[in-house]
Amino acid sequence: MSRAKIIEIEPLTRVEGHGKVSIHLDEANQVQEARLHIVEFRGFERFIHGRPYWEAPMIVQRLCGICPVSHNLAAAKAMDMITGAKRLTPTAEKIRRLAHYGQILQSHVLHFFYLCSPDLLFGFGADVNERNVFTIIKQKPELAMQAIMMRKFGQEVIRATFGKKIHGSGAVPGGVVKNLSIPERDALLKEMDQMLKGAAMALAMARDYTVENQQMVERFGSFPSSFLSLVRDDGALDLYHGNLRAIDSVGNIIFDQVDYQDYGDYIMEEVKPWSYMKFPFIKKRGHLDGWYRVGPLARLNCCGYIDTPKADKALAEFKSLTGGKPNHMTLAYHWARMVEVTHCVEKIGELLEDPDLLGNELLTKGERAPEGIGVIEAPRGTLFHHYRVDKDDLITHCNLIVSTTNNNEAINRSIRQVARASLSGVPKITQGMLNHIEVAVRAYDPCLSCATHALGQMPLVVELYNHKGDVMDRLARG
Amino acid sequence: MILMARRILVLGYGNPGRGDDGLGPALAQMVEKMRIKGVTVRIDYQLTVEAACDVAECDMVIFADAAKFGDEPFFLQPTPAESTMGWSGHTLPPGAVLRLAQVLYNARPEAYVAGVRGYRFDEFSERLSEQAEINLNKAAEYLAEWLKTCEVSSGP
Repeated sequence: MSRAKIIEIEPLTRVEGHGKVSIHLDEANQVQEARLHIVEFRGFERFIHGRPYWEAPMIVQRLCGICPVSHNLAAAKAMDMITGAKRLTPTAEKIRRLAHYGQILQSHVLHFFYLCSPDLLFGFGADVNERNVFTIIKQKPELAMQAIMMRKFGQEVIRATFGKKIHGSGAVPGGVVKNLSIPERDALLKEMDQMLKGAAMALAMARDYTVENQQMVERFGSFPSSFLSLVRDDGALDLYHGNLRAIDSVGNIIFDQVDYQDYGDYIMEEVKPWSYMKFPFIKKRGHLDGWYRVGPLARLNCCGYIDTPKADKALAEFKSLTGGKPNHMTLAYHWARMVEVTHCVEKIGELLEDPDLLGNELLTKGERAPEGIGVIEAPRGTLFHHYRVDKDDLITHCNLIVSTTNNNEAINRSIRQVARASLSGVPKITQGMLNHIEVAVRAYDPCLSCATHALGQMPLVVELYNHKGDVMDRLARG
Repeated sequence: MILMARRILVLGYGNPGRGDDGLGPALAQMVEKMRIKGVTVRIDYQLTVEAACDVAECDMVIFADAAKFGDEPFFLQPTPAESTMGWSGHTLPPGAVLRLAQVLYNARPEAYVAGVRGYRFDEFSERLSEQAEINLNKAAEYLAEWLKTCEVSSGP
């Protein structure tokens, strides 16, 4: 038997990556370009070649330890097309929706309470050692407790629908493998009042911050952009299923009600030499002007209304801030996220009252097809899964556009904007600049685990280059 | 002296779809199969805030993880609570989970990290490398014996 040693603690035992930001100056020491470099792990699309298609929804959960449900659902939706299940049974669709709302709820809540609220409550300039959740717990323990309860509730919804996290079942081609039991339903129902209360608290906090700081929020890392999301056929917000809608910076429709099976006719992907991440763009606007934003802000800008009362009221208030025109405030992502939390809680409550969740018809199928595309609104934005299979049911082609990839150009623009605002002609990275970059990137809630390695904490490294390409300064945090 | 049964939690985390990053869940699964009295096992892709709820309910916690660095074939070391959160990710280090359990629930379980050395992380693979598999078996064997000695503690 081996003998273990008791040794001093290493800072981290796990594999690390990092989010590197490079800021490039011109000859006058003004910011010319800023880029977030994420080493995207692209091996997955090759790894899945040769695997039977029905395994894909299970395997893709391993892509990302943070949002396995989103990848599972996007892949399952693609495989529904391949297996010919064009319309799921009511039980299957509602179980999938329930899991999806649970996933978005827990992801948004964690981001808002644990990562973003310290910025909002203490200010971006506060010492990073104080601007964290532990100070929140000291000063506002009820906020932290509410957050952990909501987060746990979201996880319970996922466990009840999809089983254990790592070895759970999830959605499968043509449906799901389990319904909801009465005890599972009743246990979740008991929590609903508390969840609604928590959602209202978070929504008010995010709204008040945006409204009270509107002048700053309008400027911070913000710029006009196009937006893309799924919407329902009547224009309502739909996080699970719908057609693609893209709008320009003043709200004009670029395309609408596009069946996502045809996404390749509307979206293209560009590769740049300095990044492993792809840069998607709207084909007809070209690669220079066709970039767009996705995620909560895009979804609220694109949709006409929300089919749950509290969230719809919140949407109306959100839209009134910009007179019904698209909201371009990067920090308004936080408010939009909390509108979605409200919607998810309402939808979960609605679904739990629906007897279809207890039904036994779980699977369906139809005429087999060689190709399938599944698109879903994941917590961070539109997520595309595209597969082709051969006659032996083996996958021959896979293309994924993950949410963070869709926001790639926008994140770079936000960094450039805050870097310009906080660099005062001296080629030096200050703590203030680092704070602002961190807050701007965090607004998008980029999934670094998903776009890159799913392993461990990622420090933020910012490097400043002069016009000759020499590193002038470097600062790391995290 | 009164001997008290201890509630021990083994929390294995990592991604079994990324080669040796699956060592944490694999170790936790092996412990689960041993059915050691008083030992509960949880498995997850990452450590997240709600792990603090489970940690708060135990007397002792072992965070089972893959290790890229450190002693071979594995190490077992105490880990303290710490106020460290990442700048953007949704995951936490063990110390932050412990701190959350402490400040939210006033819980201070004895805590260890069991790090099993792995070698292949930068690939999509549902298999452990050959050496990682050997390390895993040694770690599981050691942990089984060690956990049995931790089942009870001296009471007040």
